[in-house]
Amino acid sequence: MDSTVEHSRPDVGGDHGDHHDGPHIAPMRMYVAIVSLLFLMTAITVCAAFVELGAFGTPVALAIAVFKASIVVLFFMHVRYNTPLMWVFAGAGFFWLLIMFSLTMQDYMTRDWETPVPIEFLDLL
Amino acid sequence: MTTTSTTEAPSASGHLADPDVNYLNNEYGIKSWLLSLDHKRIGLLYLIMTTVFFVVGGIGAALIRIELMTPGGDLLEADTYNKMFTMHGVAMIFFFLIPSVPAVIGNFVLPIMIGAKDVAFPKLNLLSWYCYMVGGGLATFAIIAGGIDTGWTFYTPYSTTYANGYVSVALFGVFINGFSGILTGVNFMTTVHKMRAPGMTWFRLPLFIWAQYATSLIMILGTPVVAITLLLVVLERVFHIGIFDPALGGDPILFQHLFWFYSHPAVYIMIVPGFGVMSEVIACFSRKRIFGYSFVAFSSLAIAVLGFIVWGHHMFTTGQSIYAGMVFSFLTFLIAVPTAVKIFNWTATLYRGSVSMESPMLYAMGFMGLFLIGGLTGLFLSTMATDIHLHDTYFVVAHFHYVMVGGMVMAYLCGLHFWWPKMTGRMYSEVMAKTSAVLIFMGFNLTFFPQFVLGYLGMPRRYHVYPDEFQILHVASTAGATVLGIGYLVLFICLVSSLINGAKAGPNPWGAKGLEWMIESPPTPHNFHETPVVTFEAYAYEEEDTLLPVPGDGQTTGAVSH
Amino acid sequence: MSSHSENPALQHHFDDLKQQYEAANMGMWAFLAQEIMFFGGLFSGYAVYRYKYLAAFIEGSNHLPIFWGALNTVVLIASSFTVAMAVRAAQLGRAKSLFNWIISTMVLGVAFLGIKSIEYADKYHHGLIPGANFTYDSPMAGQLKIFFSFYFVMTGMHALHMIIGIGLMIWLIPKIRRGAFTAEYYSPIENFGLYWHFVDIVWIFLFPLLYLIGREPWIQL
Repeated sequence: MDSTVEHSRPDVGGDHGDHHDGPHIAPMRMYVAIVSLLFLMTAITVCAAFVELGAFGTPVALAIAVFKASIVVLFFMHVRYNTPLMWVFAGAGFFWLLIMFSLTMQDYMTRDWETPVPIEFLDLL
Repeated sequence: MTTTSTTEAPSASGHLADPDVNYLNNEYGIKSWLLSLDHKRIGLLYLIMTTVFFVVGGIGAALIRIELMTPGGDLLEADTYNKMFTMHGVAMIFFFLIPSVPAVIGNFVLPIMIGAKDVAFPKLNLLSWYCYMVGGGLATFAIIAGGIDTGWTFYTPYSTTYANGYVSVALFGVFINGFSGILTGVNFMTTVHKMRAPGMTWFRLPLFIWAQYATSLIMILGTPVVAITLLLVVLERVFHIGIFDPALGGDPILFQHLFWFYSHPAVYIMIVPGFGVMSEVIACFSRKRIFGYSFVAFSSLAIAVLGFIVWGHHMFTTGQSIYAGMVFSFLTFLIAVPTAVKIFNWTATLYRGSVSMESPMLYAMGFMGLFLIGGLTGLFLSTMATDIHLHDTYFVVAHFHYVMVGGMVMAYLCGLHFWWPKMTGRMYSEVMAKTSAVLIFMGFNLTFFPQFVLGYLGMPRRYHVYPDEFQILHVASTAGATVLGIGYLVLFICLVSSLINGAKAGPNPWGAKGLEWMIESPPTPHNFHETPVVTFEAYAYEEEDTLLPVPGDGQTTGAVSH
Repeated sequence: MSSHSENPALQHHFDDLKQQYEAANMGMWAFLAQEIMFFGGLFSGYAVYRYKYLAAFIEGSNHLPIFWGALNTVVLIASSFTVAMAVRAAQLGRAKSLFNWIISTMVLGVAFLGIKSIEYADKYHHGLIPGANFTYDSPMAGQLKIFFSFYFVMTGMHALHMIIGIGLMIWLIPKIRRGAFTAEYYSPIENFGLYWHFVDIVWIFLFPLLYLIGREPWIQL
């Protein structure tokens, strides 16, 4: 990544270009829109729980939760207006969580599989 | 204290010109240390306490080795022996190895290396030391009050159901200590991103900084997992909530997953900063730019990331699925690649360098050899078929001691010798330092090489009695431990006596490159008299025009004129 | 360098307020990454046991009151909105408005904990608290105990974070009244906001994972 963009020392001539005045201040209506959307998604997730979705029940509930979390992160937590580096910081925790999930679950999900060595061979030993 | 100082105002430059004011003598009294926000003083606080825990762990090791001289249980009862190896493991891993390079050497030199006055959050830095102290205090209390006999891994269901009552206290201590690492990680990561001096671009950073950055990544993302896991064990012990209790359908192996998700990367918390030290020292004493700078830099990050996806190799012989074992085994082989990149690059740096064997370089050479053996024997253990034979034997013990002591401790001592003149302003006796380096190297090999053989022959870990035919190897090991102990003693005397009668070290006794060698030894409270402007690459040993004016009288600006 | 003498909020080791602001922001995000992994350990454990004991988890989930859970979700989202407005007020330098939004956030936070304690009390009456009075009678009692252990550890850790958040607000309020925060310096408010949003996000995942498993009408208990 380009170190000069994120860094800011006033005495470095021309070394950094993003002089914006203060933080991005979003309009009030944006916050109202986001919170309304969050309320709506909460209602949807509760309703969806009572609909017979079979195997899709959990993925739907999780997708809604991920969507809600994403708009909180992007708009309420201002990542939408932040530098690319802060997108990385915001995403890193979730990425690592995914590593932990997938590698832990690959153990539990494959425990019941048959043993790679056929049982007859074990008897021969 | 630094915060009360107003020396930033340009009008105070008269005060700054005083050559005799440094971070050690600008304030006096116990309070000026215990409440200091100066990263250099906090580094020294860590140095003192990690040394204390090193001694505590060392006592455990000594008793273990004395007990193992004879096949029978002559000195220690089985229970006492269990408590000794637990004390050795807990003190050494959680309270010495993990904080040593990051919190001692990192705290001291990281801000200086990047041209900053301090870390980004000095108060959090002090708080991290107090977390360490409280955690260490609780663990020490548990050791004194009744001892803990679970091993440093606290495996369930033994730790949740059967072990004695002080396990909860020790676990809580380790939990609190975890926050010390997290705070250090947050601090260093932010500092490296935001506090670099003008001109100090990412690819001008010393490789020690890259290594510390990678370490911070592991500390931030790994430590909280072990924190919550140990908290769950405490809850299980106190309230019997059943999460790890097989009687209720709980899975003890889940504990191992969560525990090793941190504790395997924790191995890299210990060793990666050591890699950083190696890069500094090898470049300095070869008088060469490090070979393949960017490869070494990115291999640190690669190790930090890969370190998180290999933890299942600790669990090949548990009930873990064999398919998961295959995946973890394969991923574990991958991590040999960035590690080998580092070793090859250091070797290439030595090639045709003007190598001189001062004591830090002796330690560095020791590191290269020992870590190589430690790393290569790791491949035997990451292969599932051979691991079934070697698991939980002395082969494993020898392997991780070659990595942790032969690698990490050698690197730590190497760094300590390298930056000691900067920290204290004094030179130590080179003869004594070299003697101790040689003693430690020889003692170490004599202690742990026989353990490879013992393990291969089938001697299991964590037993205080063994069949007679193993005795010769155990006696050799104990003899080596004695030499090792004498080596540490000589080292300790060498460094302490340097404080009393050591010659004054100039700002740059090694002729090294880097911002920390351009300021006084010991540094002034705010490191630099004015913010340095960096116009040179790291390790510019071969370029004449970057030979820097050596500061002698406190008049230096620490900046390169251009 | 002139700003050194201008703003008392500037700490000595930073060059200017922008650098200080960016460092504080980045430090907070790094801390939140840590928090994600802290809760992540619990979520991983939850995932393992939900995979192993789905039937018990469905039965346990049906003992949780959807109404209170949904209401708490609404309360917490509302508090996320108020704290976002507090940060906006701070950015605009409106101290009075900032004070009001923080107070609203605190009220909503306390309301959340109040509702949570109603639920906890209800669980106590039904003997569903592992470690205190777990008296559930079922062939799957052991697995249900694990479900409720996760319920209490996860919601308890979440509630602990709420309590810490309320403590932080109590710490911030005198500073707000003193006028310590301006449009130039408001990092503590912003960082508190990030923390509070994070606590909200945890609940956004906890609610469907704990309360909404197997609610389909065809499931017979």
